[in-house]
Amino acid sequence: MLAYIIRRFIYAIPILIGVNVLTFMLFFIVNSPDDMARAHLGQKHVTSQAIANWKQQHGYDKPLFYNPQTSGVNGYSDTLFFQKSVGLFAFDFGVSDAGRDIGADIKQRMWPSLALALPVLLVGLLTNITFAMLMAFFRGTYLDITGVILCVVMMSVSALFYIIGGQYLVGKLLHLVPISGYDTGLQAFKFVLLPVIIGVIGGVGAGSRWYRTIYLEEINKDYVRTGRAKGLSELTVLFKHVLKNALVPILTGVVVVIPTLFLGSLLMESFFGIPGLGSYTIDAIQQQDFAIVRAMVFLGSVLYIVGLILTDISYTLVDPRIRLQ
Amino acid sequence: MTIQPVILWTDALIYLLLLVIIFFVVYARKHEHLRTPWRLVWRSHLAMISAVFLAVFVIIGLLDSIHFRAGFETPASNGVTHYSGEVESLFDKLVAPLGENDEKSYSAPFATHLYSKETKILANGRVVQVYPRLKYAGKQLANPELDRAADMQTRFIRAFWQAGLLWIVVSGLLVLRLTRYYGENYRLTLVKVLRLRYQVPWLTLLLSLGVVVFLLLLAIQLATVYHIFGTDKVGQDVFYETLKSVRTGLVIGTLTTLVMLPFAVFLGTMAGFFGGRIDDIIQYVYTTLSSIPGVLLIAAAILALQIFVANHPDAFSTIAARADTRLLALCVILGVTSWTGLCRMLRGETLKLREMDYIQAAHALGVRSRHIITRHVLPNVMHIVLIAVVLDFSALVLAEAVLSYVGVGVDPTTMSWGNMINSARLELAREPVVWWPLLAAFIFMFALVLAANLFSDAIRDAFDPRIRK
Repeated sequence: MLAYIIRRFIYAIPILIGVNVLTFMLFFIVNSPDDMARAHLGQKHVTSQAIANWKQQHGYDKPLFYNPQTSGVNGYSDTLFFQKSVGLFAFDFGVSDAGRDIGADIKQRMWPSLALALPVLLVGLLTNITFAMLMAFFRGTYLDITGVILCVVMMSVSALFYIIGGQYLVGKLLHLVPISGYDTGLQAFKFVLLPVIIGVIGGVGAGSRWYRTIYLEEINKDYVRTGRAKGLSELTVLFKHVLKNALVPILTGVVVVIPTLFLGSLLMESFFGIPGLGSYTIDAIQQQDFAIVRAMVFLGSVLYIVGLILTDISYTLVDPRIRLQ
Repeated sequence: MTIQPVILWTDALIYLLLLVIIFFVVYARKHEHLRTPWRLVWRSHLAMISAVFLAVFVIIGLLDSIHFRAGFETPASNGVTHYSGEVESLFDKLVAPLGENDEKSYSAPFATHLYSKETKILANGRVVQVYPRLKYAGKQLANPELDRAADMQTRFIRAFWQAGLLWIVVSGLLVLRLTRYYGENYRLTLVKVLRLRYQVPWLTLLLSLGVVVFLLLLAIQLATVYHIFGTDKVGQDVFYETLKSVRTGLVIGTLTTLVMLPFAVFLGTMAGFFGGRIDDIIQYVYTTLSSIPGVLLIAAAILALQIFVANHPDAFSTIAARADTRLLALCVILGVTSWTGLCRMLRGETLKLREMDYIQAAHALGVRSRHIITRHVLPNVMHIVLIAVVLDFSALVLAEAVLSYVGVGVDPTTMSWGNMINSARLELAREPVVWWPLLAAFIFMFALVLAANLFSDAIRDAFDPRIRK
């Protein structure tokens, strides 16, 4: 088991190198540092001196891969690739184009993200499982069909409408909770409440429909028929036997997203003014702060890969038939 | 009037896609194993209804994809025709008054007056704050406050009768066609259609056609004299804006697939079929791409494109061409980020197929790998491709709105639901609230996505062998 995990982490390295090279190409070769400087300084009336100054200020004035002016190892280390990209592997994110320490920002902002994303995940999971169980219990009846159609209708509404509509209705018309903002500690509750509810409602359509198909696949299996043949009630069969087995695909689907919870939700955070990593990313995109976007791309990939490894481990925990080698 | 046709990149690709679909339809009609699942699709009531509504969206999108520049001659040009810098589409011409009747600023749906007061100096020199009359909407009414409701009612009833007549004619013709198809007399066919005795629910088709025709005629009756979804900040008709957004949504939903399919199908089947080193490389590529958060990759690429466009202003002759490049780039990038899922599925399916007896037999008979893939593997994974394509469509339409909100979606000058929602955010914060652009975008986007979702469900049920049994 340990050997397997270690090997998976070693496999992750070439993938991260690939991610790194790809983002490096997007940010430094497709857009040269000159272009970046022009984007920041404005298109018109930019002297080449101003561009050179900007590049020097932000450390973009080095060659891409090899620096012939210095000798030995320094020829490779005193380059853009080494300075801007290799540091990411040590989670040294450097300084943003606006001059802030990205690593410190991320550490500070990941908690509000988690405070929003974790309740959305847990409450959402519970709601979806409940609705899916209800639909599976009444399968084939009008209640089930109505439920499925309702799910499709809810899936067809854009997430933006849930957010804008919910914010307008609850925050502005009913004045129940503040429209946006954030506070630390327990005070955060009233700010997070509305986004969590909207997040759960937004995901309930797709989620419960998916879980329903998982249940229905499970319900047709032999052990369920055996259970019924023994004379167990439908409720016992559904809750004691089907639920446990259906949880295997559900839980493994959930585990993969757990690490990425830190990244937060782009939309929710920016609409509700929550100072998490999602709004951080959106601000960076809108201000064209390439250093932050690069750091977030790398962090996102790392967390995704961790999620994949956790999924594999969780398989062995919930399903003893699976052995990792 | 002379015109100069303009073929934008996305137009060309849309018509290429149309050709591919026509080819596929002709091909599928000749092959019984493809006709059977399609027959199952058409037996579903929901599929029938959603197909009718989807067809309306597709027709709007196709009409909106024939672009041209209007030519004009000036006395100074000595017979040489100049072409306008503004690119128009056939659709613009068809709904002509909609796009041109611009008011001054916001006005509510069916309003005859502006939404905000303006200062007006009366003849006797007094200064008053009034809601000014709109320039175009409701100008046929002498006394808007009193006559508007009656006028709308007459137009509604007129549309109802027109639609009813048209519907009876169309239904009669369809039943006439069906008598020949089923070889029964007219009366019997009519009764069987009305009682849903055929496997295909023709009555459902007719009823949904009736609804569509009624909505269309109602829109014609009302939209020519009112702004049925109001006007936006610069006085543009919101109904026109949301109709123009249909093309953007369809382009994103379909061209992305067109971009991604070759990659996914080619690499997926190759990886599954050959295994070994090739499999390792392809798996590495798609794991790497899928581990980058999609929205960040899209953002990075769109930022790169923005800088390219800013540095090469000469490469684009019109604003439309520039916006179109961005739309196409968005499709390409969305395609690059979304092919990995399908590729993984195809790889898995090919791995399974490779061990099948008939493929082993083909190997043993000395058939070349290329031929095995094209003749034995590809036809057997096509249902997965089709299901993935139709399921992706609605997700992509929804994604457009989110990306435009983040600022990495379509060009701000392109009319799209995402851009409409984006501006609605500020409009909702106004006092009094401007809610109609959001409502219009919501209704149309919801209708398209819901129809696409229901239709794709029917296709999945008919084509997925696991569900079919």
